[in-house]
Amino acid sequence: MALLDVDELAVTFARRGQRTVHAVDGVSFSVDAGEVTGLVGESGCGKSVTSLAIMGLLPAGKGVRVQGKAAFDGTDLLQLDPRAMRDVRGRDVAMIFQDPLSSLNPVVPIGVQVTEVLVRHRGMRGEAARLEAEHLLDRVGIPDPTRRLKEYPHQLSGGMRQRALIAMAVACQPRLLIADEPTTALDVTIQAQILELLKDLVRESGTALVMITHDLGVVAGMCDTINVLYGGRVVETARRRPLFAAPRHPYTVGLLGSIPRLDAGHGQRLRPIPGSVRDLLPWPDGCAFAPRCARQVDACLGTAPQLLREPDGHAFRCVNPPETDHTGEAAGE
Amino acid sequence: MSDLLSPGRKKAKLDRLAELSAAHDDERGVSLWQEAFRRLRRNPAAIVGTVILGVFLLVALVGPFLVPYDPAAQLWKDEIREAQAFYPGPRAENWFGVDHLGRDEFSRMIVGARQTLLVGVVATLIGLTVGTLIGGLAGAAAGLGGRWGRWVDTVLMRIVDMLLALPSLLLAISIAALLGASLTTVMIAVGMVSVPIFARLLRGSMLAQSNSDYVLAATSLGVRRSKVALTHILPNSLAPVIVQSTLTLATAIIEVAALSFLGLGNPDASIPEWGVMLADAQRYLDAAPRLAILPALGIIITALGFTLLGEAMREALDPKLRK
Repeated sequence: MALLDVDELAVTFARRGQRTVHAVDGVSFSVDAGEVTGLVGESGCGKSVTSLAIMGLLPAGKGVRVQGKAAFDGTDLLQLDPRAMRDVRGRDVAMIFQDPLSSLNPVVPIGVQVTEVLVRHRGMRGEAARLEAEHLLDRVGIPDPTRRLKEYPHQLSGGMRQRALIAMAVACQPRLLIADEPTTALDVTIQAQILELLKDLVRESGTALVMITHDLGVVAGMCDTINVLYGGRVVETARRRPLFAAPRHPYTVGLLGSIPRLDAGHGQRLRPIPGSVRDLLPWPDGCAFAPRCARQVDACLGTAPQLLREPDGHAFRCVNPPETDHTGEAAGE
Repeated sequence: MSDLLSPGRKKAKLDRLAELSAAHDDERGVSLWQEAFRRLRRNPAAIVGTVILGVFLLVALVGPFLVPYDPAAQLWKDEIREAQAFYPGPRAENWFGVDHLGRDEFSRMIVGARQTLLVGVVATLIGLTVGTLIGGLAGAAAGLGGRWGRWVDTVLMRIVDMLLALPSLLLAISIAALLGASLTTVMIAVGMVSVPIFARLLRGSMLAQSNSDYVLAATSLGVRRSKVALTHILPNSLAPVIVQSTLTLATAIIEVAALSFLGLGNPDASIPEWGVMLADAQRYLDAAPRLAILPALGIIITALGFTLLGEAMREALDPKLRK
């Protein structure tokens, strides 16, 4: 059984006088222990809202509605009462955020913020907590942890801040780690280091990692299974190799086609996906991607396409999928 | 490359490097507060304010032990000629002259400084304590408490709004009238006037902070809500409150003087207080204007000192003005 089973997760934001926004519109995916699962998509496709919903971090009330199931080891996280959920957060499930500077409290030394988790979930006190915090910083590759513990976030470099946040997230050896664009705010060289660190942590501890990103390069280097999101739904799910070799959804094809390539001919232009995420069609009216899709046919409209699952587990939500194995040609002119 | 440098230039380069690393070492363990303090020291307004307040504090704390005469003793009563409206002016033995009852004005000003400081500080502390409690509770409840928290916030803030709706002097007079005229009453009254300001300020600041990323990050680690409020939200919300308290000290001193002037202050006339002195002096404005001018100047300069320092602190702590 999968460690995390997200089933038909839907999040709507309602605001008086405005149309209800379906930020996440029935997302289903599963995460296996020890695996890296990717959630990929453009800005606004519901990646972050999905993760916040699983963590129970969306503001209660205020027009936010979360439906569906997120079964973690058999327990539906969405049904847990807030108190029980607070025990789960940080201990069993932890999260790493996009911007390491704003995710650290500017007026509190790093040490206090790291030990906070240890005090909360592992019942550590005083010297023991400090030593463990030192050990954690050391483990995520922060040199001179004794001194760093006394420092404030603004004195650390961007990469070091993200390492500190990772240290806090893995402090209790959670079984599931959600990383929401953990490298977006960092330099490319630092990005590589942070990804390497995350990979190591997954390998060593058997933690399942959900990698939320819009960077297909990160996905190619990290993820075992990939879920491509569009308009708040999963449009394609596959293992890494089949997804890159033979994508079956035009959106995935478009994403792959818009990556700059070193081996592309001189003067060859990038092929962006026309339109923007805002052009989506509400799912009940058909395929949300249809307005931007080059392979659109009449069957795309009217009803939402079902998720078709092939024997090898490759699943996609398209009535007119690109058939060929040749990515380039399938991009659909 | 470096081999091409002459020994002298090489040495200069090494020195520069050492200097840079030393400068870097200096910055270790520098919190935002220390940085703010550094900015404060460069601001002329802050220096002027600090000097004024330093002198005022010195006079208020040490002065009473050094005064030449007992401020309550009517040592020169015989020299006063009320019929000719004559009150001995500044001279060698009485630097600020003699007041309408034959007491040494200089001694009274100095002892009055202590009284003014005491009343101002205590009044501000009352306002600060009550205001921060209400504002902190409301801010934490509104930011983290869900539906029930929002209800607590609403109730607390409507009470604060009611306080805010009353004109401050009227509120102070009502409290003073209710509890009877005394120094304690004046302090409570002036303190209550500043409660809504502190409460609103802290609540707003905390609400803004509770939407920040680090609060989300701490919450995602399962940190308890009370801990999030106390270690994360509160310390980040205090800067405007601290600034406001220096500004409130200035208004508190003025308001205390105003209440004393209106006769709601300390009924014990033997203890000098600048507001009372000002009130007493108005009848002798023609004969001895200095009796009114001196305490008025005292109030103005002290309030100015607090205001200058407060404004400078606001600038130093405002993240938007940070370079």
